This record gives sequence, structure tokens and C-alpha cells, in this order.
Amino acid sequence: MIELSNITKSFNSGKPNQFTAVDSVTLTVHPREITVFKGPSGSGKTSLLTMIGCMARPSSGRIFLHGLEAAVPFRLDGAETVEITSLPERFLNDIRRSTFGFIFQQFNLVKGISVLENVMLPAYPTGEGRPVFRARALELLEQFSITRLAGQRVELLSGGELQRVAIARALINNPSIIIADEPTAHLDSKLSQEFMAIAGRLKGEGKSVLIASHDPIVFDSPLVDRLVEMRDGAVVGSRSCR
Amino acid sequence: MKRTIERHLNILEFTLASLLRRRGKNLSLLAMYLLVIFMLASLQFFVSALKREAAVILADAPDMVVQRLMAGRQDLVPTEYATGIAGIRGVTAVRPRLWGYYYDALNGANYTIMADEQQAAGLPRAAIGAGVARARTLAVGDLLPLISYNKTPVMLEVGSIFPSSSDLIAADMVVISPAQFHTLFNFPEGQATDLAVTVRNPKELPTVAAKIATLFPDSRPILKSEIQRTYQSIFDWRGGMTLMVLSAALLSFIIFAWDKATGLSAEERKEIGILKSIGWETSDVLLLKFWEGTVISLTAFLLGVVLAYGHVFFLSAPLFAQALKGWSVIYPRFQLVPVVDAYQLAVLFFLTVVPYTTATVIPCWRAATTDPDAAMRY
Repeated sequence: MIELSNITKSFNSGKPNQFTAVDSVTLTVHPREITVFKGPSGSGKTSLLTMIGCMARPSSGRIFLHGLEAAVPFRLDGAETVEITSLPERFLNDIRRSTFGFIFQQFNLVKGISVLENVMLPAYPTGEGRPVFRARALELLEQFSITRLAGQRVELLSGGELQRVAIARALINNPSIIIADEPTAHLDSKLSQEFMAIAGRLKGEGKSVLIASHDPIVFDSPLVDRLVEMRDGAVVGSRSCR
Repeated sequence: MKRTIERHLNILEFTLASLLRRRGKNLSLLAMYLLVIFMLASLQFFVSALKREAAVILADAPDMVVQRLMAGRQDLVPTEYATGIAGIRGVTAVRPRLWGYYYDALNGANYTIMADEQQAAGLPRAAIGAGVARARTLAVGDLLPLISYNKTPVMLEVGSIFPSSSDLIAADMVVISPAQFHTLFNFPEGQATDLAVTVRNPKELPTVAAKIATLFPDSRPILKSEIQRTYQSIFDWRGGMTLMVLSAALLSFIIFAWDKATGLSAEERKEIGILKSIGWETSDVLLLKFWEGTVISLTAFLLGVVLAYGHVFFLSAPLFAQALKGWSVIYPRFQLVPVVDAYQLAVLFFLTVVPYTTATVIPCWRAATTDPDAAMRY
């Protein structure tokens, strides 16, 4: 479970152009559910997800991770909760790498290298043996029916194939939480539905899926468990879809 | 520990894949880098080897050579000077030497003519250097005609040809008997070109030289160490001249490499952002860039040094020989003995590999320390 307590994120603090992207958000994200953050552009969805995913720190407030199998070397035995907002950069990286998998709006795959290399990329600095994560990457490619593309460079792929490669990459370190930022923004309806089907499958495997989107195919999907509505950096509504 | 090694290996592997992406650009950079290292290392190997050859040859040179000066020019030395010098305490031998230069109008070459008592007196026979033999296409038993001072030919039979191993010192040499030497040049009796002096204790050489200068004020004693120093300076000077010629190419490369290494394209910046967003730390990104710089510069350095070694020691440095051996019709043909100066190689390494690698890593520092969430906003 992820618990956000009074989270605020401001940019250019103390300057005339100060801008508050997320304003006093208090929220609980339940495990093994699909949670969708809905709202127009500039509503603070992406900023909130970057803070949950240990990519950025809030200006104030706290984020707790409960009962997660994060690779946190400093956690005391038996302690179930980690407060991530005050952790040093190094530990945040460890958590980000082991706990979260990211799917970006533009997929953000590295051009010029193969599909397989792209999928393995997050695993390189972990110090895990290459044969081990390579086997895992091939397994993921098979799972998403793109094994035939393993040796192909990513710039030659179609939108749907890119999406599946990006999802496979997000899963390479076997994270328990998947964060997807506007994943269907560049996909047609069929591919958007396919993405939601994959999200549902991941939920079935016990993963928590957090999606920021203003695409009706996403937030109207029957697979969604919780819908959080945002506007102007604040949560204006949160409801269970079950 | 194992994880650390694995991390390095994984990132190194990605570096190689990454370098192959920009194959054309990186290969051209590698080729230029390689060429520069090859030139510099060749120059270094060649000058070191020549200096060593010169030192080996000069080891057999007399401890001191005494010349006579007349109006600031070298003049012939009366042989009675030898008797006076032999009387100085510490001097073990004084040998008057007869030698001079002969211009061969036939092929434009200059020969060094030396007189040696070992050459049977009276017999018109000569021992010649391999260079002379090549220039005049001579074999043992052939006749070598030289034109004497009064334009009459002196016919000499080639008695022996010095082996190629002594080419550096003997390529242009013609050794004849003192009698023929006098005939050829109308060299006055009782005179010598200079005197070769041997001293028992090398530490006494400066003292003996001072005594000679006092005894014969018109004499000029030259110590072996001075000759060695002059040779070293000549080769250093030639090396320096060649380096000056190369400096334009070197400078172009430095500008090119600096631009390539320090400039971070928008695509590279984006890639760094992606890597950070998927869990790479700043140190991982810097390690990637470090390996990128190291792979290129170290490959160029090692290949360049190996190629330079082959170029100098197996092929006798055809690219530099003309400039570094000197200008002559007769060039010595000899195989340089491999000499690798570890200190100079280390200097070359630190002046090429280290700056390039540093120049690759430092500009990435800023890009790598940006917040990983930047990638979310591309």
C-alpha cells in the first residue's frame, strides 16, 4: 500500500514565477489494484506519479510504502513501512529500481539498440548476472509475443510493438508497482484496449498498476479498481469502481 | 564484490553496443586517434632507437679527440703533438688519425675515407661500407676508381665489404692504407686529421683535456661525453622538427576530439534522462561515459603503439626515415634494435588517453545529475 500524506510539490519556490503542481494531496493507493489518475493536462497527475515513483521529492508532505518487497537494505527486520521522502538519493534509486516499473507517454526507448537490449536496460546496473536477466527478458518478450523482434532496432517497430517493448522493459526487474504516464496517448483505440488488457493481466499477477490518463478507454475500463480525479494539483474526487 | 564486477561488465557491454550504434562516427574518430598515436609513438620509438644506436656506437669511440684550430677553423695536427700528449700523466695511448671526405661526382655521394695501418701497406686495396658497395654496385674483387687531388685515377681493389650490421657507422666508409691516403689527397707527411687519445681513468678526462689545452694552446680537445651529447641533441632536434610538422595534424585532432568528447547532443541528453528514469544512478551514467571514452582512447592507444612498433622495428620506419636519419645519397640500411622507453610511453598515455576520457565524462556530469523525472516530460 502507498500512503500519501499532505503532499505538495512547488516549482521555483520563493520566486515570482512559483508554481504549485501538486497541492496538499492525501491519498491511499491500495495494492494489487489498478488506480487511474484522471484529469486534464496540468492537473498534477504526472508530478504526483513521479513523487510516488521516487523520481522526485515533494516540497512538503510524506510518502509511505507499506508491506512492499522493496530492496531497502536499511529497513529494520520486521518493519513493514518505509518513509521514502526523506531518504538519500542512493536509497531512492534502489527502491525505484526494485519496486517500480515505468511506462512513459513516449515510451522512451533507446534508439539504435535492439529490442532485447532495451528490455534489459534497467537491469544492467543492478549487478545481476547478464545470463539471468537476459533469460528473464526473453521470457517477457515471449509473454508479449514479440520474441521475433528481439534482435530488431526499436525505431523500426510499430506503435503497438513499441508499447509492448516498453511494458516488457518496465517488468524486467520484477517490480511490484507499475507506473504508466499517459500510456495510450499515442495509440489507437484497439491498442489502447490491448494495453488495458495487459494492465489487467499484471494486476492478476499481483502487481499494483498506477495510470495517469485522460483517455476514456482507460478510466472507463471495467478493469479499473479506483479512480482519482485531479484538477489544479488537487484531488477533487476519489472513488472505488468496484 | 561479484555484483560490482557484474555491474561493470554489464555497463561495459552496453557501452560497446552503444558505440556500435554510431559506428561511422566512432570508427572515424578511432581512425584519427589511432593515426595520431601511431605517428607520435613511431617518432618516439624511432628517436629512442637511434639515440641508443648512437650511444652503442660511440661507446667504442676514443675517450678524447684532439683537433687543432687555425683561425677558428679545424686544421691538420702535427704528429709531434702526439708525443707531447703521450707524456701527460694518465694518458695511455695517442693515435694520429687520417680521415677525410671524398665527393663522388659519379653518383653525388660523399664517402668518408679513412686510413688504417691494418690495410696492407702499398697494396691498392680498400675495405668499403655496404652503402658504397650499393651505390657503386661493387663486389669483393671489383675495382673502385677514385680521382686523386690532381685528377689522376687511383684504382683500388675492393678487399672486403663491411657487414650491414655496421651500416650506421660504416655505410659510407672507404678504408685504405695511409700511403694511399697520402697519394689520394696529397696529404702532407707528419700531419694527421686529429688525434685519438685514450685515458686510463675517465674521471681524469677533464684534467687531461685542460693540460693538453695548456701544452698546445691551438689545440681543441673534445671529450666522448661531448660527442654523445651532441648526437643526442641532433636526434632530439630532428624529432622536434618532425613533431612540429605533425603538430598541425595533432592540433586538428585535438580540436575534433575535444568537440566530440565535450559536446553532448540533444539525443545523448535524452538518453541519459531515460537511463536515469529507469533506475540508473548518476554514477552508472558516468561509468557508461567513462567506459565509452576509455574504449575508444585505449583501443587507439594500444593499436597505435603496436602499429608504431612494427613500423619502426620491422619496417625501419619508412615514413620518418628521410627526416630523422639525415639527408644523404647513401643511407645506412640497418634494423633498429627495439627499445621501448616505458616512461615516454606513460607520458604519451597520460597526454592522450587520460584527457580524452576525462573530456568525455565531465560534460555528462551535469546531464547525469538532472532529476530523473525530466524523462517523464519528453
